[in-house]
Amino acid sequence: MSAEPVAAVVIGASAGAVQALSEILPRLPADYPLPVLVVVHVPSAPSGLTTLFSTKCAMAVVEPDDKEMLAPGTIYFAPPGYHLLVEPGGSVALSADEPVLYSRPSIDVLFESAADSFGPALLGIVLTGANEDGARGAAQIVAQGGSVLVEDPATAYAATMPAAALAHCPAARALSLDAICEALISVAAQ
Amino acid sequence: MNEAPAEPVEDIEIQLLLEALYQRYHFDFRHYAKSSIKRRLRQAREQLGFATFSAMQEKVLHSEAMVGPLLDYLTVQVSEMFRDPGYFKAMRERVVPHLRTYPSLKIWIAGCSHGEEVYSFAIMLLEEGLLDRTMIYATDINPGALEVARSGVYPLDRIAAFTRNHQQAGGKTSLADYYTTAYGRAVFDKKLRAQVVFSDHSLVTDEVFTECQLVSCRNVMIYFDRTLQDRAVGLFRDSLTRRGFLGLGSKETLRFSEHAAAFTDFVREEKIYQRGEA
Ligand SMILES: C[S@@+](CC[C@H](N)C(=O)[O-])C[C@H]1O[C@@H](n2cnc3c(N)ncnc32)[C@H](O)[C@@H]1O
Repeated sequence: MSAEPVAAVVIGASAGAVQALSEILPRLPADYPLPVLVVVHVPSAPSGLTTLFSTKCAMAVVEPDDKEMLAPGTIYFAPPGYHLLVEPGGSVALSADEPVLYSRPSIDVLFESAADSFGPALLGIVLTGANEDGARGAAQIVAQGGSVLVEDPATAYAATMPAAALAHCPAARALSLDAICEALISVAAQ
Repeated sequence: MNEAPAEPVEDIEIQLLLEALYQRYHFDFRHYAKSSIKRRLRQAREQLGFATFSAMQEKVLHSEAMVGPLLDYLTVQVSEMFRDPGYFKAMRERVVPHLRTYPSLKIWIAGCSHGEEVYSFAIMLLEEGLLDRTMIYATDINPGALEVARSGVYPLDRIAAFTRNHQQAGGKTSLADYYTTAYGRAVFDKKLRAQVVFSDHSLVTDEVFTECQLVSCRNVMIYFDRTLQDRAVGLFRDSLTRRGFLGLGSKETLRFSEHAAAFTDFVREEKIYQRGEA
């Protein structure tokens, strides 16, 4: 991990996302001191993710409006149909740009903008999925000095996405969901 | 040397490029949301084959032919007829009854892109018997987009989605009543745009140009920073009649606007606001 304290967490997940996220997000405490931004590939609006995770999680769970300021203790799900980006001042910018790798929201778009805004203070996490989204973004996070954790392809529901992230981004570490969760809790304690 | 951390070179180059575009051609992207403009400029740089933004800037300054292509990267033309059907349903059920009370109507669709939103409103107003007393002002900064909007021609493979949205938006007729097909394309009926004025207008650099009862500006201000959003909302406030309506995109809000107090929530879930009396 980089020496800089982490200021924000970004997570990308596709096929098998709900299961994987359910093993992580509900274990974060209500006063988790970082904003957590999540892109999940969902086919259409409404996604139902916020409703689902609100009931499971201690942290606040929202679909942000454009230009909302990121706050600690909050999980932000990208709204279906929009890319979720982070502005340099730490606010949300949504965009209706074309899908990237057939997806809107796109994990790469979130990761790249967050890497530009948070630099070394960003932690990125790539979970299960059956495509290559997140690989470019993960590399960009590392290029800006941040760190990346990847769900171990050997145990992931769908290995393609974590494997692609590891291939593009050799500095990323492969971990079990359990270990990812522990890492999330320990970076917040720094 | 001062102590402030140096800005990344790429950011400096982007500022200079946008400055060149503004000073030379008066297209002002200097206060667009940084994250999304940077992403689109990186795409443009890759696909137009430039090694750096400085090289692009040089070309922009010296060749007018660069402006069109660049504009197509900088302005995103993604739209759909009856996009977010709930919005149009709320317009029909909640706003139209108020519009009916006016002998004549003016509606401003700002950032109309390829016109999908314009034809959606025209069809809804026709179905509600209001189209012949309405003037629709449809504006955008992208001349190519306005051209497509004016033509009312869309690829046939988009029609299924448009039709589904129209039904979900409470459509009273069949969408097929409004277009004919030829050569793999759907051509929308001229009568839908008999009352539409398409024109070039920038929410960033131009002023208010008409008084109207309804403004619909969806998924345009997400590309602006907060300062620019305030400017645009100020234009809408100044052009709306008292009790006039403002509709935004489904993830946009006036909550952060310095003009928030001039408006009240009208249909909160659909981001439809009403201008106050003041
Ligand atoms: C994503 S499209 C939105 C289309 C449509 N309103 C919708 O919601 O489906 C954004 C549009 O805003 C236009 N635009 C960008 N900057 C603008 C400005 N300064 N003034 C007016 N329109 C602008 C773009 O050219 C583009 O057509």
